[in-house]
Amino acid sequence: MKTRLTEILGLKYPVIQGGMAWVAESHLASAVSKAGGLGLIAAASAPAEWVREQIREVRKHTNCPFGVNIMMISPNADDVAKIVVEENVPVVTTGAGTPEKYMTMWKEAGIKVIPVVASVAMAKRMERCGADAIVAEGTEAGGHIGENTTMVLVPQIVDSVQIPVIAAGGIADGRGVAAAFMLGAEGVQMGTRFVATNEAEVHENYKQCIIRAKDIDSRVTGRATGHPVRALRNKMTTEYIRLEKEGASFEELEHLTLGSLRKAVVDGDVKEGSVMAGQIAGLIADIKPCKEAIESIVSQAEALLKGDQNHE
Amino acid sequence: MLEQVKEIVAEALGVEKDTLTENTNFKEDLNADSLDLFEMIMTFEEEFGKEIPAEDLEKITTIGAVVAYLEA
Repeated sequence: MKTRLTEILGLKYPVIQGGMAWVAESHLASAVSKAGGLGLIAAASAPAEWVREQIREVRKHTNCPFGVNIMMISPNADDVAKIVVEENVPVVTTGAGTPEKYMTMWKEAGIKVIPVVASVAMAKRMERCGADAIVAEGTEAGGHIGENTTMVLVPQIVDSVQIPVIAAGGIADGRGVAAAFMLGAEGVQMGTRFVATNEAEVHENYKQCIIRAKDIDSRVTGRATGHPVRALRNKMTTEYIRLEKEGASFEELEHLTLGSLRKAVVDGDVKEGSVMAGQIAGLIADIKPCKEAIESIVSQAEALLKGDQNHE
Repeated sequence: MLEQVKEIVAEALGVEKDTLTENTNFKEDLNADSLDLFEMIMTFEEEFGKEIPAEDLEKITTIGAVVAYLEA
């Protein structure tokens, strides 16, 4: 599957692993990159020096391209923005805000910049400020989300920018990839699919939640506070949504989610922790190595795009 | 200019233009989220031919502030 994206980033496959906080670290990132996709390290709110260590760790395992995802609203953003330059990281993806103020520095360093956006206006703005590609992320995704679905967002963004568009949110198999390509995408980003892999350094309980999840099992918390987050339903989401309906204060709600992702990913507390995952968790039925996941997804997508509807 | 800014805001956020004043705050009064803000900013840029860097977003939280910013 050669597209402008594989060309620009030097990838075998147009597949990007999502920049998931606590999940996207060196093991997963290097496994995805070695398998021909683009592995990412999520800087999230981690200490900036941790990010540097993770970058060096990935380099020990592979020479393939990889990237760092930086959350613009994080207090570490300024420091991580400099570290990716110092460490010659080939690709940066950004979320939760606009990377405009770092653009000149990154472009001068030859870094390919791929902002994650959830609207046409943001996509246009990012193209204007020099983005090399755009991730159009629909509300099906896990973690922090926008309102539009992938189905409606991707073709509209494709029509409004010249740079390659990567579809994200709701994709976990070759059918999803083929559908995204029909909408005009030239690549996909997947998160939940990569959590359920052998290489993901995620507590087994968390992986099992994804395997067991059915189509209707995700919930969105934080609509009231303006920071909607998708996770699999459990004691925490139920309690959160109850409090939200009662009009609980921002502080009360914050208290419930503070450190909750770490609780689930690291400690395996999938009752009180936040088991962030996309709606597509219902489709994911097995834990497998990244290479196997990527290759089966790509071969299914290729067959479908050639018109072979019977491909398994 | 005030009228034009009000029109853009009313259109972008689906509110009645008559309810908007110079003191109307996008987030507090109109519940605008970050996507709404960028939608409006992009329209202001197009309509008034002035680039608004992201750093300046925190300065323009009300309709009056937008007008002052664009006139400066």
